[in-house]
Amino acid sequence: MEDKSVATNNAHDPAHDLSRRNFMQSLGGGVVILFSATAPKAGFAQEQPKQQPKGKPAGGGFGMGGPPPDLNAYLRIGEDGKVTVFSGKIEQGQGNTTALAQMAAEELCVSLASVTMVMGDTALCPWDMGTFGSMSVRVFGAQLRSAAAEARTILLEMAAEWLSVPPVQLQIDDGVISAVDKSKTVTFAELAKGQKITRALEGKAVTHTLAEFSVMGRDAVRVDAVAKVTGAAKFTADYSFPGMLHAKIVRPPAHGAKLKAADASEAEKMPGVTVVREPDLVAALAADPEVATAARAKIKVEYELSSGAAPETVDEKTIFDHLLGNLPKPQIPANEKSGDLAEGEKASAEVFEHSWRNGYGAHAPMEPHAALAKPEGDGMTMYISTQTPFPAQNQVAGLLKLPPEKVRVIAPFVGGGFGGKSSGDQSNEAARLAKATGKPVLVAYTREEEFFYDAFRPAAIVKIKSGVDAGGKLTLWSYDVYYAGNRSAEMFYDAPHKQQQVYGGPMSFGPNAHPFQTGSWRAPGANLNNFARESQIDVMAAKLKADPLDFRLKNTSDKRARAVLEAAAERFGYKPAPAPSGRGIGIACGIDAGSYVAEIAQVALDAKGAVVVKKVVAAQDMGVVVNPAGAKMQMEGCIMMGLGYTLSEELRFKGGRILTTNFHDYKLPRFSWLPEIDAFPIKHDDLEPQGGGEPAICPIGAAVANALFDLEGVRLHEMPFTPERIKAARKG
Amino acid sequence: MTETIRFKLNGQPVTLDTDGDRKLLWVLRTDFGLTGAKYSCGIGVCGACTVVVDDKAVRSCHTAVRDVKDKDVLTIEGLAPDAASGKLHPLQQAFADLGAVQCGFCTPGMIMTAYALLKKNPDVTREQVIAGMENNICRCGAHQRIVQAIESAAGAGKRG
Repeated sequence: MEDKSVATNNAHDPAHDLSRRNFMQSLGGGVVILFSATAPKAGFAQEQPKQQPKGKPAGGGFGMGGPPPDLNAYLRIGEDGKVTVFSGKIEQGQGNTTALAQMAAEELCVSLASVTMVMGDTALCPWDMGTFGSMSVRVFGAQLRSAAAEARTILLEMAAEWLSVPPVQLQIDDGVISAVDKSKTVTFAELAKGQKITRALEGKAVTHTLAEFSVMGRDAVRVDAVAKVTGAAKFTADYSFPGMLHAKIVRPPAHGAKLKAADASEAEKMPGVTVVREPDLVAALAADPEVATAARAKIKVEYELSSGAAPETVDEKTIFDHLLGNLPKPQIPANEKSGDLAEGEKASAEVFEHSWRNGYGAHAPMEPHAALAKPEGDGMTMYISTQTPFPAQNQVAGLLKLPPEKVRVIAPFVGGGFGGKSSGDQSNEAARLAKATGKPVLVAYTREEEFFYDAFRPAAIVKIKSGVDAGGKLTLWSYDVYYAGNRSAEMFYDAPHKQQQVYGGPMSFGPNAHPFQTGSWRAPGANLNNFARESQIDVMAAKLKADPLDFRLKNTSDKRARAVLEAAAERFGYKPAPAPSGRGIGIACGIDAGSYVAEIAQVALDAKGAVVVKKVVAAQDMGVVVNPAGAKMQMEGCIMMGLGYTLSEELRFKGGRILTTNFHDYKLPRFSWLPEIDAFPIKHDDLEPQGGGEPAICPIGAAVANALFDLEGVRLHEMPFTPERIKAARKG
Repeated sequence: MTETIRFKLNGQPVTLDTDGDRKLLWVLRTDFGLTGAKYSCGIGVCGACTVVVDDKAVRSCHTAVRDVKDKDVLTIEGLAPDAASGKLHPLQQAFADLGAVQCGFCTPGMIMTAYALLKKNPDVTREQVIAGMENNICRCGAHQRIVQAIESAAGAGKRG
């Protein structure tokens, strides 16, 4: 065994040094490349609650911790020649497992099938902040490619020595390195055997060019597809261990309610039932989930209701006044400020003032939050449906007063997260109950619990004052956003006098704002920001009797925006006409996670006055496309999911009481809603891969709103566009 | 009340002495370790728990196990008995090949619903597929590809 070099950097903390040494020892043999993938800019999609609303149940968002330490992933060519990538990212349906495996396979010149991804296990993977913000491919993937390229360089150097052939005269084909004339060969396995080579990524190795691609840039069948179609794929609640108890926890009637008294005597009499009673946690546990549910129903509880952050008079209709009456201080981002608003107004031939809104939305993943805690010696192994296994590990360790390494968190397949599984109290609950009973405990939320404890997309408002001159050029853009943050609010239309004021983000809020927890919902805030900007642009185009596409192109010099708008228009067969043309065609364009998307929707109304989206064309510039099939799947998924926030998804509540309880009263898109979707990435090969999981969901609300206006001249200012809102908008 | 309940599960006869009121979903998941059928809404609205009983799709989350006495219950795990050797049912193959799978949580229910749909009507039209799948919810938005996969599997069924 040879220990060539163990490179470290930036490790100053002695505890970190120790854990790092332990980690290095645990790596085993073969060729290992350590690397770190940090976020491109601080604060992006990682904002955490700064203040919890008063009277809210404990728990909620995982603390996101600081920036990642000096390494957060590694890649190993094992002594058997197999390639394994270890990353704390998780798979929640977005297909990052497949795209990342493609990136590693590409640079190592092996087939996709020979790469194994080990993800979301705190015992096997280095620290990672979590999976959100469409960052797996564009941030982590870029580093993974460099690491794989570096591993390739090392293997080529080793092969050169082994074969006595200079590296430049070697080629690699699926894990076999040979001289160009094929006279001599050596396999990755032969090279890695008996080695213990560990390197930190230097980033010097050259990654493959587009012309060299043999795995990237090609359609790949998802690596998790077979497990998922056969029922073999395991989600958190699918795990079971001997002696495991299903826990059903007593829940308050409203956020802000405090448990006053609990009488569990009837439940305790039931055979096989264990009751755990702590001041803030009362649960019935049994080997059979239905028995636990029946036992919970027998626990008599009294709650003290409190008005919490908002009284019951605050509901989905009055929430906007409530929020605007409790404003946090605004921030004015420097990069969105130019000129002078008063000047802009003077230069305007026409000024437009509108406000745009959405209420609270639920993530409603098909898999409700779940956590399984299994006591192991003096530690705990946890299976958690989470987007953030490492922050969850810290949280549970803190709760149990254990060092983090005594808590192992495994995030199995996650059945949809959309931002909602960056938070959740179920892991704390499972850990506490497992500690109390000494047995493995599964806490799997019911759908009703899921709707109650969701970290909802916040109700939010955008107010825009804009102006155009007599020639139809933008003069003024004053953009105030309340409670949504300014993700995707960058003004890519050319407004000489502009300013943004940002009152709170999707997860930060004043002390008396939201009546319950809010959080990030697929592209947090971006859906509202796109709806607001693109609706306002359309209002101005209509007033000027200008074609909405022409008006956009006339007012933006942003090449990428122009490219996606033109690509979508061409594919749609778009013919210019000022709105309302009666055709029901609407356009919207947006930027998110480094990608640009333009969408064109065509709508009609059914007999009941509900919107039917007939067709959606979407063109996306996401740089180099790693898995074109996967990219299209994400775009189609964004559009279909986006029809929900656009047309039907709306939480009903009174103060801290959530009235929406299940899928019968929270309407998600159905098969009958399926439009003809033509979603495609456009070519932009000199740009590194950009985000793909979220961008295409952002403009769909605006595209449908603008299509509705084009259909009959009715302008909707609040999503979702229900038949009632359309009727009300017609009356003006 | 405990009673003896016999039925066929994925082709094999099974016998249970249990409370007949228990829901089939929990019996499958807890007693048989068959976790392909998922809990998602618990009120029969979303279809994630769908299994096939005597060739009909049923919502196992609100089907009492007593109601499958002497019947044939087919779950996603029994759809392709040769799955271990890599041979999938045409529906499973089409879902995988056409990318009709994202998070995968609704997938077993989608496939079992589609299986019953194609059993009843192998010559299914696109409109019939959409109507037949209407009460299965997918949150990831894989609808377009799910429809394509079912159409493709129906075609494969006809061809071979």
